[in-house]
Amino acid sequence: MTLESNLARLLREGHFAVTAEVGPPKGASADPLLQKAAALKGYVDAVNVTDCQTAVVRLSSIAAAVHLKAAGLEPVVQMTGRDRNRIAIQSDLLGAYSLGVRNLLCLTGDHQRFGNHPEARGVFDLDSIQMVAMVRRLGDPGEFLCGEPIRGERPRFFVGAVENPFAGPLEMRVRRLEKKIEAGAEFIQTQCVFDLERFRRFMAMVREHGLHRRGRILAGVTPLKSVRMARFMRDQVAGITIPDEVLARLENAADPAAAGVSLCVEQISELRKIEGVAGVHIMAIAWEQIVPEIVRRAGLYPRPAQ
Amino acid sequence: MNPEPRIIGFCCYTCAYAAADLAGSMRVTYDPAITIVAIPCTGAVEPGVVLAAFEEGADGVFIAGCLDGECHYKSGNLRAKERVRALCAVLEKLGLETARLEMFQVSAAMATRFRDKATAFAARIRALPPSPVRRREGRGE
Amino acid sequence: MIVAEAKPFAEVAGMIGGCRRLLVVACAGCTAVCGVGGVRQAGELAAALRIHFRLKGLELETEVTGVTRQCEPEFVGELAEAVARCGAVLSFGCGVGVQFVADRFAGVPVFPALNTRFAGGFTVSGAWEERCRLCGDCQLHLTGGICPLTRCAKGILNGPCGGVQDGRCEVGWDVPCAWMLIHERLAALGRTELLRPIRPPRNWAHTSAGPRRQGVSTDDSGK
Repeated sequence: MTLESNLARLLREGHFAVTAEVGPPKGASADPLLQKAAALKGYVDAVNVTDCQTAVVRLSSIAAAVHLKAAGLEPVVQMTGRDRNRIAIQSDLLGAYSLGVRNLLCLTGDHQRFGNHPEARGVFDLDSIQMVAMVRRLGDPGEFLCGEPIRGERPRFFVGAVENPFAGPLEMRVRRLEKKIEAGAEFIQTQCVFDLERFRRFMAMVREHGLHRRGRILAGVTPLKSVRMARFMRDQVAGITIPDEVLARLENAADPAAAGVSLCVEQISELRKIEGVAGVHIMAIAWEQIVPEIVRRAGLYPRPAQ
Repeated sequence: MNPEPRIIGFCCYTCAYAAADLAGSMRVTYDPAITIVAIPCTGAVEPGVVLAAFEEGADGVFIAGCLDGECHYKSGNLRAKERVRALCAVLEKLGLETARLEMFQVSAAMATRFRDKATAFAARIRALPPSPVRRREGRGE
Repeated sequence: MIVAEAKPFAEVAGMIGGCRRLLVVACAGCTAVCGVGGVRQAGELAAALRIHFRLKGLELETEVTGVTRQCEPEFVGELAEAVARCGAVLSFGCGVGVQFVADRFAGVPVFPALNTRFAGGFTVSGAWEERCRLCGDCQLHLTGGICPLTRCAKGILNGPCGGVQDGRCEVGWDVPCAWMLIHERLAALGRTELLRPIRPPRNWAHTSAGPRRQGVSTDDSGK
C-alpha cells in the first residue's frame, strides 16, 4: 500500500498533472466502473470518483475508489456535505484511509432538488470550507472536529477542493478560493473551462493573491460530444458558461464530436500556458473512452511513473 | 330533475337588486323559485354565508353584482368574483356540482339582462337533481 | 410571525372522522394574520365539514370560537366550558397553539387544521417569505442582516457555493442567492472584511439536541 498520494508527489515535483473523473454506476456491481477505468489506465495520474453527483444515488464513492485502486488506478474520493453530518464524514474518512485512499476532494454538494430523491432532507452540516479545515485537522494535529485526539494512525489525506470561476463576480470567486486554501486545501479542481478569457482573468487575480503558490490548481475541461450536449450544459447546468463561438464551432462542424475533442485539446494547450495552472482535470461525462486520445493529442502522454 | 328548487340570489342593493325591482315594475318575470336577498355590496358576501345557504338546503346560489369598474365600494365585486372561484373549489371537494354557484354582473338599468341571467341559472338548477345536502335532510322529495 | 397554511380539506375531514361534536377554535394571533386561522376561516371550514358529513349520512355538530392566542395557557383556559361541551377540538393555531390546547385538555383529542410552515413575514400582500430558522444562535451581525442559514438553500456559512448564476440560487424558483445579497449588502456598508474569516461549523446543539431548549425571561420588571 502506497503511503503517499502519487498525485501529491507529482504536483510537488512540478509535473503537469492529469486527472479524470468517473461516475460510479447506479447498481451494485463495480464492472461498469472498471470498464470505464480500464480506458484511463496509464493516461491519467489520478481518477476522481464522484459522490452521488447531481444528488442521484450511485455506488458509494469510497467503495468505487477501492475498486479502482485494486485495478491499479489512484483514486480521488469526492465527499459532499449534502448527505452526511460531521460524524458520518469523519467516520467514512477513517474508513477510506484505512482502505488506502489518499486523495480527497471536499464539496458542499449539489442541492438534492436536482437528484432522483428531491424529497430527501439535505444535511449540509458542514460546507466545503469547513470540511477541508476539519480533514486537515484529522491529519495534523490528529484530532477530531470536537478536539478529541485520534487514536493510532491519523488519516493524512491530500486534500482538495473545487472552485467555479464562472459563478458570480470574479472577485468574489477568488476570495472564496482564498478561504478554501486558507482552510487547508492543497489542490483545487475547477469547473470546466470553456470561457478561456474569463479563466485567464481569474488566474491573474489568483496570482495577484499568490494563491497558485499555496494550492495547486487543476483546470477543468470537458470534451463536448454534440451540439445538444453543449446547449444542455449551457442552459441547464448551474455555473457553466459556454461562449457562443465555442457553440458555433460545434454547430458548423461536419463531425461535432471530433470538433469537440479538438477544441478540448486546444483548450488544454492554452491552459498549460497560463501561469499557475498545475494540471488539467478532464471531465468526459459519459465519454471516458475519449480521454486517452485527448491526453495523447495534448502531448501529455506518457504519464510520469507512479 | 328538480321541479321545486330553492334558489338564493344575493343581490347588490345598488345594481342587481334595483334591476330585479325594475323588472318587477316592467312586469318582466323571472323564475319564482328564486329568493332574492338584498345586500349592500357583493364584496360583503362572506363564503361562510354561501356555505350556510347550501347547508340550509339551497339547490343553487347566485351572487349578482355591479359591472366591472362600477362597484360603489370600488372593488367589492372583484373580491366577490375571487370568492366565488374559491367557493367553487370548496364545492368540488365536497362533491357538489360547481354549477350550483354562479356570479353575474348587471347594472341597475338592466332589468332584462337580470331576467335572462336569473332565468338561465334557474333552468340550470332545475335540470340538476335536488341538492344532496337537502336530500339527506329528508326534505324536498 | 409564524406562517401557516390550510391543510387539504380531505386530510382534515379524515382526521376528525369519528367525531360527532367538534369545537372549532380560531386563533387571533399569527395564523389569523396569515389569513388562514381566523374566526372567518374556522367558520367556513366548520360549514364545509358539516356538509361533508351530512353527504355521508352523518351529522357533525360544530361550535366555532376563537382565542386571542392559542400559545398562551391563560387564553386557552377560556375554552374549558366549550371543550367540555364538545369533547374534541379542531385547532386553527400553529403547531405551538395545537400543543398548548392539547396540554390543557388532557382527555380531549385535538386536531390541527393548519400546516405550520415557518417564521417569516409579508413581502407583498398575500405572500410570505421565511426569514428565520429559529436556530438559537443569531449571526446576523456578521452577514449584513441577511440570514444564510434560512435563505441559502444549503444553509452554508461560507458562501456562495458554485451554483450561483446571475445572482440566482441554483435550486431555481427564482430565488436570489442569499450569499450574493450578503456580499452586496456588506459592500454597501463597507464591511466586506466580515467575509474574510472562515466561519466555523455551527453548534447545532442549540437547535436539534433532543427536546427544544426552554427560554427563561431575564426581564423581572413584571414580577
